[in-house]
Amino acid sequence: MKINDVILRTVTKIVVFIILTFGVELFISGHNDPGGGFSGGLVLASALLLLYMTYDIETVHKGIPFDFKKIAGLGVFLAVASSAVPMLFNNQFLNQAKGDFALPVFGVTELSMVLLFEAGVALTVVGVVVTILLTISEDVS
Amino acid sequence: MMIPILILVPFLASLFVPFLYTYVRSKKIGWMVLPVPLILFVILSFQIPKLASGENLFYTIRWLNAADIHFTTHLDGLSMILGLLITGMGTLVVMYSIYYLSEREALGRFYMYLLLFMGSMLGVVFSDNVLVLYVFWELTSVSSFLLIAFWHQRKNSRAGAKKAMLITVTGGIGMLVGFLMLHQMTGTYSIQEMIGMAEMLSTNELFIPAMLLILLGAFTKSAQFPFHIWLPDAMEAPTPVSAYLHSATMVKAGIYLVARFIPVFGESEIWFYSVTFVGLLTLLWGSFNAVRQNDLKALLAYSTISQLGLIMSLLGIGSAAMLDIPGSDKTIYTAAAFAGLFHLINHSTFKGALFMIIGIVDHELGTRDIRKLGGLAVFMPITFTIALAGSFSMAGLPPFNGFLSKELFLEASLAVQHLALPGVHIWIPIVAWVASVFTFVYCMIIVFQTFFGRQQQQPAWVDRGAHDPRPGMLVAPFILGGLIVGLFFFPNVLGKWILKPAMAAIYPSFVNPESLVPHIAAWHGLNPALWMTIGIILIGTILYIFLRQWRRIYTIAPFSWKIDNIYALLLIQLEGNSYHLTNKYMTGHLHRYFTYILLFFIAMMGIALSFVWRLAFDFSEDSVVTVNEYILVMVMMSAALAILFVNSRLIAILLNGVLGFTVAFLFVVLRAPDLALTQIVVETVTTVLFLLTFRFMPDWKKERPRRSVKILNAFIAVASGLIVIITALMVQGNRLFDPISEYFEDAKTLTGGGNIVNAILGDFRAFDTMLEIVVLLIGGLGVYVLIKLKHKKDGDGNENQ
Repeated sequence: MKINDVILRTVTKIVVFIILTFGVELFISGHNDPGGGFSGGLVLASALLLLYMTYDIETVHKGIPFDFKKIAGLGVFLAVASSAVPMLFNNQFLNQAKGDFALPVFGVTELSMVLLFEAGVALTVVGVVVTILLTISEDVS
Repeated sequence: MMIPILILVPFLASLFVPFLYTYVRSKKIGWMVLPVPLILFVILSFQIPKLASGENLFYTIRWLNAADIHFTTHLDGLSMILGLLITGMGTLVVMYSIYYLSEREALGRFYMYLLLFMGSMLGVVFSDNVLVLYVFWELTSVSSFLLIAFWHQRKNSRAGAKKAMLITVTGGIGMLVGFLMLHQMTGTYSIQEMIGMAEMLSTNELFIPAMLLILLGAFTKSAQFPFHIWLPDAMEAPTPVSAYLHSATMVKAGIYLVARFIPVFGESEIWFYSVTFVGLLTLLWGSFNAVRQNDLKALLAYSTISQLGLIMSLLGIGSAAMLDIPGSDKTIYTAAAFAGLFHLINHSTFKGALFMIIGIVDHELGTRDIRKLGGLAVFMPITFTIALAGSFSMAGLPPFNGFLSKELFLEASLAVQHLALPGVHIWIPIVAWVASVFTFVYCMIIVFQTFFGRQQQQPAWVDRGAHDPRPGMLVAPFILGGLIVGLFFFPNVLGKWILKPAMAAIYPSFVNPESLVPHIAAWHGLNPALWMTIGIILIGTILYIFLRQWRRIYTIAPFSWKIDNIYALLLIQLEGNSYHLTNKYMTGHLHRYFTYILLFFIAMMGIALSFVWRLAFDFSEDSVVTVNEYILVMVMMSAALAILFVNSRLIAILLNGVLGFTVAFLFVVLRAPDLALTQIVVETVTTVLFLLTFRFMPDWKKERPRRSVKILNAFIAVASGLIVIITALMVQGNRLFDPISEYFEDAKTLTGGGNIVNAILGDFRAFDTMLEIVVLLIGGLGVYVLIKLKHKKDGDGNENQ
């Protein structure tokens, strides 16, 4: 039996971008407002899950040809490596440096090392959640 | 700053090798790896004058102030010896391996592991913080495991790797406990600071246990009796690895550790006895067993064990200088430690050369069984010359460096006569002499049974085209051969530049380091040591000639014993019992697992609560509970209760969702948007997971458990609920520690982040977060591996060769 899911597919195409944008927004705004690496990563992962559910794994894989295990590994690497960077400048491990930078377009912006750390958290969450769900779904199908 | 970079460089290089290998799929990869150890060696060599003038290089990279764990590196004379060996032998071995390994091997993997080992080994010798040292120590075990199992399709390789890993890691954990005890006694993790406090330690009740545990680590790593059994099996590794890890560097780590801790523990007689006698026993047992081997590599393995025992016993005798014995001149004991360090270097040269030679023979002729070899001197003259130098040096004959350190060893074994300790003055010289005789015999076996005799086999070698290998393969053993001879003629150069600072590191309490360095002379008169050598040569020659006649004793009882059997038995027992035990409690019923988890929770929290039992509930600061919150809690409670009474799984899942989403609402009402957001997304993802597995779940059956189970369930439910409630209420009324909320109030100024939740996650408690995502990754990979491997279980066809 073929399920008629035109509406789902059409809606997904649009909604996924909204969710992805929302995820990035959550990730960036986490510094001062609700959000952050963990919830941002979870939202990104849920957008991907929606894609996988609406289309099938192979189709999505053509569009997003990432190995999510490696993304999770990259996330951990990023978090640990960015934690170790301060040690090179005679600071303690995990000392999160920050500073204000005058950037084009954005104006004077505060940038912090914690951004890299949180990026690592977000990537790990995305990688692990998608890996687990893909593995289980490949197993049952 | 230089030393930490030295340690880091091999690690970084090992990260890049696999990427490089995807582009350079040939032997060229070896040439690209070669500069790494070479440059490190050159940089280290430039530090020699600085150290010889009595300087030490300290550098600390602060890591965790709270735990007092810092990456402190310390370059002194002792670590310099090991550092030069690691980088120098590393260069030669990489060079040799370029010719030894064929292009079909996974060369990228090989060099990655090798560099990983090099970095961790440098970390071991340069670390001053014991915990950092421990981590590097275990990393050497891991990289050794990977290298032994390099040909992992062979069953013996895997078994050998497992054995080495199990034994060395067990010792390593013992050593860690020893380190922690030392920390308990001294309050520091720095070895140098411990040495400063050495005098007040010996009365501490933890002194002896800490010493024995650290010795356990050293003995397992350096293959001392009865832990030596892993070393012969480790010979399954490719020969360059055996030459590098299992003769020149890794097995010296235990010796390094003992030398390093002589200033801390040397005052104890137990230390003197255990190091000396374990060393001597290893020396004897190793040399005795080497004679019976037919495989040249196994012979070298046992000879390495025996030589390590020799160095160990020398360090033991050397530590006698720290003993509180009145009168006698202490320099006769420090001379023993000097001989130990000297022999450490000599052993690396001749054993490295011999391993490479055996590798060449194996590479050219395809066998290293001495029963099949013979008469090769004509075909492989250069190989033979180097083998001759190596073996005669090991046997202690002039004009090779082994002669010098062997004489010093025999002198040291006689020097202990002055030590007024029971059982020392007879046994040490006798064991030393007997073991040296066996050493002489197996050295002769290497030379004569491989390269002479058996003329009838020579035509076979002609057929197989036996000849010296390509010059490139001979470079590394040739350099080592040069050192073997060179060190004989100029030993005092080594003594002045390298050994003197090392002796100063072992005996920091001796003010005059000049007196610690005896003048080494090849001719030192007809003293007892030389007579002992002459005796060794005479008896050794006789024994070698009549080898076939007396070899049968190896079949008679205590000589035929193998400690391997104990290991095998223990392993089988351990596996069987663990399997049994695990099956007992891992039943596959989720209900069971929840029982364990919650019972543990009840027990732990119950104990903790009973210690702080102050039922002072304080509601005065609580805010008013609004109607919204009451309603939400009511919904949650009714949903939770309803789950118990529904008869369809679908409804149960839906109700569970109700519960989850209501919690999210509660977070919204309580103004915790972060938590609400996370809760909603987690709830969504969980629902997807349920959907995936839903149709594979068995029918929802109402269980009718026995009465006792019901009572237990009720107890668990009520107790966990009560404990959570009591804890929550008590937290308000009791202040056991200073509140940390002021940090959170100042989060904006302290971290720059306005969101307190993320300030906690990313800054205040970032260490937790970092380790949590590591756990998350491991969990994810665990799920992946468990599910994917389930399918492949039947398909391991070519695993056991």
